[in-house]
Amino acid sequence: MREREMQSRGTDMPTQERKLLLKKMEISVAEAEKRTGKNAVNMQETYTVYLIETRPVDAASEGTNPVPDSLWRRYSEFELLRNYLLVTYPFLVVPPLPEKRAEFVWHKLSADNMDPDFVERRRVGLENFLLRVASHPDLSSDKIFYSFLTEENGWKETVFETGFQAKADSRLKALNATFRVKNPDKRFAEMKHYGDELQSVISQLLRVRARAADRLYGVYKVHGNYGRVFSEWSAIEKEMGDGLQSAGHHMDAYAASVDDILEEEEHYADQLKEYLFYADALRAVCRKHELTQYELEMAAQDLTSKKQQREELATGTIRTFSLKGVTSKLFGQETPEQREAKLKMLETQIEEGEELVKERNAECEEFVKSAWVDIERFKEQKDHDLREALISYAIMQISMCKKGIQVWNNAKECFSKM
Amino acid sequence: MSGSVVDNTVSSGNSSVAIPTDISGQILDIDEDDDLEVFSKDTTLSDGSSLNASMQTSSASMINQYKFEEEEEDADTKDIFVTVDNPESHVTAIETYITYRVETKTTRSEFDSSEFEVRRRYQDFLWLKGRLEEAHPTLIVHPLPEKFVMKGMVERFNEDFIETRRSALHKFLNKIAEHPIFSSSEDFKIFLTAGSGELTSHKKQGPGFLSRMGETVKAVAAAVRGVRGRPQEFTDMQEYAEAFSQKISSIDKVTQRIVREQKEYLEELKECGPTYALWSQSEEELAEPLKNVAGCVDKCCKETEEQVKHLNDHLIPVLHEYVLCADTLKAVLRRRDNIQADFEVKTEALATKKADRDADSKVLSLAWDSLVGRSPEEVKQQKQQKLKGEIKEMRDELDKVEDRLEWANNALKSDWTRWQKGMRTDLRSAFNDTAERNVSYYEKCLAVWESFLQSQRTDAEGNGNVDFS
Repeated sequence: MREREMQSRGTDMPTQERKLLLKKMEISVAEAEKRTGKNAVNMQETYTVYLIETRPVDAASEGTNPVPDSLWRRYSEFELLRNYLLVTYPFLVVPPLPEKRAEFVWHKLSADNMDPDFVERRRVGLENFLLRVASHPDLSSDKIFYSFLTEENGWKETVFETGFQAKADSRLKALNATFRVKNPDKRFAEMKHYGDELQSVISQLLRVRARAADRLYGVYKVHGNYGRVFSEWSAIEKEMGDGLQSAGHHMDAYAASVDDILEEEEHYADQLKEYLFYADALRAVCRKHELTQYELEMAAQDLTSKKQQREELATGTIRTFSLKGVTSKLFGQETPEQREAKLKMLETQIEEGEELVKERNAECEEFVKSAWVDIERFKEQKDHDLREALISYAIMQISMCKKGIQVWNNAKECFSKM
Repeated sequence: MSGSVVDNTVSSGNSSVAIPTDISGQILDIDEDDDLEVFSKDTTLSDGSSLNASMQTSSASMINQYKFEEEEEDADTKDIFVTVDNPESHVTAIETYITYRVETKTTRSEFDSSEFEVRRRYQDFLWLKGRLEEAHPTLIVHPLPEKFVMKGMVERFNEDFIETRRSALHKFLNKIAEHPIFSSSEDFKIFLTAGSGELTSHKKQGPGFLSRMGETVKAVAAAVRGVRGRPQEFTDMQEYAEAFSQKISSIDKVTQRIVREQKEYLEELKECGPTYALWSQSEEELAEPLKNVAGCVDKCCKETEEQVKHLNDHLIPVLHEYVLCADTLKAVLRRRDNIQADFEVKTEALATKKADRDADSKVLSLAWDSLVGRSPEEVKQQKQQKLKGEIKEMRDELDKVEDRLEWANNALKSDWTRWQKGMRTDLRSAFNDTAERNVSYYEKCLAVWESFLQSQRTDAEGNGNVDFS
């Protein structure tokens, strides 16, 4: 269903249709398996690997149905892929991975990473991630992504060879530093704010939902006690016995029905979670834009100050404060030769500075252009997906109500026969 | 009236009734038109003559409505309608209390009028229940709501508490009115019709404190001894009462737990709607569906609240009543046992006395009496006379108790069947209502979410987006 969805969305952008990997290739994360092995510090560890299967679209439609190509990957490799994409396409809202650790859990669900339900939901999440990337107009044509899907061995080395790690480290450092942009771009500031709000409200919703699910579970399960007591009671009654007994069975059925109901709701929670993490990705883009702009401003500022220094040196007036200026005032002016040398140096620096500003300006403009296109694309996708999610939530509620009606109608019949 | 046997409390006037010695086989058919007299437990007649002799010739009319099983609650034949409503609080210097309006509409001839309206307080209901229990120790009196709320006196005047109590009092009086024996009780009639002054003075009548104390002491003695030859059917009833008590208590607890869990669920759910609403404020396209969902969740909250209220107001009180009923059943069986124990004690005592009479009076008494200066023959004669007198007294007493026992047993058996029928009807109806209410709850929520889907459908068609598969 997701694939078809993605493909159909692809048709909205006819020119990019050819680019979409998903049009050429079927991708799925088919299985999950436990493995044990030695880790980096030579200790035994247990981890899960996921089977990625790919198959050319044409082959399937021809009806030959060939065996898909497949390889195994673990979660950390997915993380590596994503980090690479983040660094390489800082202006894109990169699809998120499913959560590393189970959060917003209500009591019945396990928070254990090895729990089979968690692993299953993670498998689905990873598949979703791959499909999202494969249907992205820009990301889907990335070579590293392609080899992630197709080359089991040596992929890691290939990634590291791109040198993205160094870029990642420096970026990370810069992003973590506090900096202030003088003229913040209004649109990006708004987007960042939106990202904050989205993250906050979805977190709240997930928390509340988990607590409500917990309580609902309690309500249904307590009805199971009716089943037990009715059964015991029916043993001491004559005319009432049958009615009580069968009513008791329906109470048991009612209590049992909550398991399926809540499992379905988990899917809804997962859909919300995806956008919780998407919000983070959106904020990251805004933050990176800020950084880009900051660096531009820094370069421009630097250039301005250098130009000013040149002017002062040339006209002899000291406007900018400098230690040299003070000392020269105190201890006498420089010699004409010294001034000449300095001027020359400044000229070079100014030239370089102007180049840098031009470069950074272009970078910034490019960033803004690309980012904004992707943000619009993301907005559309988000509106569509979340609306679908709300609709499926309503459908779930309806299904739950129908089950309730059925059980209680049955119980009513039994009671009336008491 | 002697204090030893009697435990009825019928006020002056209509006390003497005859009792056939063997009730078990005879069930007298009474037309409803007959003048029905209250069937008191007074086994001594006003003229003091022994039971057997007066069996056929009671001066008062006799009834014997033991055809309980055929007593269907027919709206057509129901000739008395009692309502309890309109609680009002009264403040005096020493206390504050609530009175309830008790309205009676009836066509019964023993009532002077066809409509009555009085005000009664909880104490008055307690008094009535006490009187009925004293008069008919082995009949099952429907329980009254409890005296105090666990949480404290402040709760006494809480609106919900008053309403719950009023409803239970209403049920209590109606159960009495439906009961073939209780509804003809003089105390019941006075309760329904007397002005408060009249009621107060009537309350002061009845067996004095001392005679009641005497009864209690005897009852304790009998209870301590225990019954020896209890018929199997009563043992069966005992077992049923125990088991029923356990089961109904469990159900009561389960239901209370459900209410608690539902309330906690409701608390969490109440936060969902506002969260969706908050989210809608940051969105453009999504704002409308999110607001819509918020509205739906809020509506479902309201429905959940209503459903919990229904459980609280309808199912829980009924279950609670029957928890108390279970205790009544056990008490009634105990009282029956006590009567039988009393009978067994007296039987043994009579046998012992007879053995005394038949044995030779020996040494000790002769020795003593010779000291006093009487001849052995004289003494022996005196002794025999005395014993003969005692034995006659004891036999008379024993006969009374035997009749009382037979009476109690039959009354209990009939009322037991009657009670079971009533229990079945009440509980069936209560569970049925609850199930119906739950269906209605889910139907309403279903409608809420379907209308949401509908709105999204028309929206989607309007915007040109498709795919609802």
